[in-house]
Amino acid sequence: MELENLTIGQIHQGLIKKDFSALELCRSYLDRIKKKDKAISSYLTVSENLALSQAEEVDKMINLSSEIPLLAGVPCAIKDNILVKDLKCTASSKILENYIAPYDATVIEKLKQEGVIILGKTNLDEFAMGSSTENSAFGPTKNPHDLKRVPGGSSGGSAAAVAADLSSFALGSDTGGSIRQPASFCGVVGLKPTYGAVSRYGLISLASSLDQIGPLAKTIEDAKIIFNAIKGKDLLDSTSAEVQSSSHLITQSIGDLVIGVPKEYFIKGMDPEVEKVIRGAIKKYEEVGAEIKEVSLPHTEYALPCYYIILPSEASANLARYDGIKYGYSERARSKGILDIYFSSRGEGFGEEVRRRIMLGTHALSSGYYEAYYLQAQKIRTLIKEDFNNAFKTVDIILAPVTPTPAFKLGEKIDDPLSMYLSDIFSVAVNLAGLPALSLPVGKIIDKDSGSELPLGLQIIGKPFEENKILEVGALFEQ
Amino acid sequence: MISKEEVQHIAKLARLGLSSAEIKKLQGELSKILDYVEKLKEVDIAGVEPMSHSVLVENIMREDRIDEKRKLQNGKFLELALNSEKGYLKVKSILK
Repeated sequence: MELENLTIGQIHQGLIKKDFSALELCRSYLDRIKKKDKAISSYLTVSENLALSQAEEVDKMINLSSEIPLLAGVPCAIKDNILVKDLKCTASSKILENYIAPYDATVIEKLKQEGVIILGKTNLDEFAMGSSTENSAFGPTKNPHDLKRVPGGSSGGSAAAVAADLSSFALGSDTGGSIRQPASFCGVVGLKPTYGAVSRYGLISLASSLDQIGPLAKTIEDAKIIFNAIKGKDLLDSTSAEVQSSSHLITQSIGDLVIGVPKEYFIKGMDPEVEKVIRGAIKKYEEVGAEIKEVSLPHTEYALPCYYIILPSEASANLARYDGIKYGYSERARSKGILDIYFSSRGEGFGEEVRRRIMLGTHALSSGYYEAYYLQAQKIRTLIKEDFNNAFKTVDIILAPVTPTPAFKLGEKIDDPLSMYLSDIFSVAVNLAGLPALSLPVGKIIDKDSGSELPLGLQIIGKPFEENKILEVGALFEQ
Repeated sequence: MISKEEVQHIAKLARLGLSSAEIKKLQGELSKILDYVEKLKEVDIAGVEPMSHSVLVENIMREDRIDEKRKLQNGKFLELALNSEKGYLKVKSILK
């Protein structure tokens, strides 16, 4: 029996019926990682001992009772900016290369209670800054569909691990598209929950008003199971909120569903192949009876520049904690005074993109520039959110592309920061507005040179806390 | 274009030790990004309130009491630091 491509539901059934044990399942994944991950490099740490002991616990549980949680025994991978107690947590940065997490993130505590098996920690762009996973201090991850291409980022390791069947599911984090864009590039389901739906306690902060943890999974159903397991208010994160359960679609038939398509997301110069796939997917919804309506989000063109003020500003403040003293990489030995420790540890410990964004954010927040940059961006953020509020007065959900292109080649954009930033053009507005959004694989584009089939995701955007609705709309397409 | 002196000033504020080659490279890169975000200045923001979070953020209050379950062993944090003594972090002298 092939154990590596089972859904969560299939794993659950298999364990209860004793078709296989949790230990067998866990071992088969660990073997597969050993064999296949050399080429892909999705994992930074494989936590074999933890995984095996968790699997043994689950098997004990099954021997006592057939009533086990749905996620018990399901192997998963965790982005390496989420703390798992006693495992290394590097954020793919030299400055944290030897950092051992002293506690569990809230999402990890919740998953452990469900009995998941943690296979290891996955690669990312350093501190989640990037769109290709090339900004990792420990080397890039490759796209399993074409090893010459990037898996997207920053949750590239998580997306690649799920796509290559090196994990049943994975957790990622999304600040400006970091779950949805790699999900699109790797052909897996990726959910960025509403800001506040999932606790950020134990997530290494990038931009605190934008960051959200979410699942990368093989199917919509799997994504839903994981989201339900990790969501909810947490006293340790004051921005977390209880997800309202009144937001189900169930009462609504497909004939009553009004889908908005924002005209600003189909711009001149867009890859025609991408447009074809996305338009084709939207047409399928029309064919089954949904009403398609063009909407306008007039401030769309300002979302990316707005994001590239707000994100670096928040990041520069959040990353001030890496000082070469409390933990992490330190140039202490070679430094003369305390200031010298800061300058040399941070200068050496942070990679190029991280330094660039710290500089940008420090500038935007500095005296004389704050109003022109940061305050202006915060006001435009209000306008971007109002655009969505207005659109949602007449439509239930919004469909759009996730990315302007399929996965690009390794090295293609790494030397041009601005062109890398532009690959987030369709994903950042959702974070600024705090909305939930899904990336659902809906098609493939064939690369003429290599013949590889490159997946592409459709973005399904919902009103705040309507994760269930966007998941159900996604499920309609899967059917 | 942002000047070399400005880049050096920002690096100082950010506590980043950068070589002169890195300063020069950043001068070009930051200028390009700042030109791009210049676009934001065309938006009419008269009367618009700034937004820091997409949700209403409220403080969570609790009793001022230690949760023994969450209490970490002091040593666990100090182990992560490179230099500690008698339960304290040890740093280089700050005052002359």
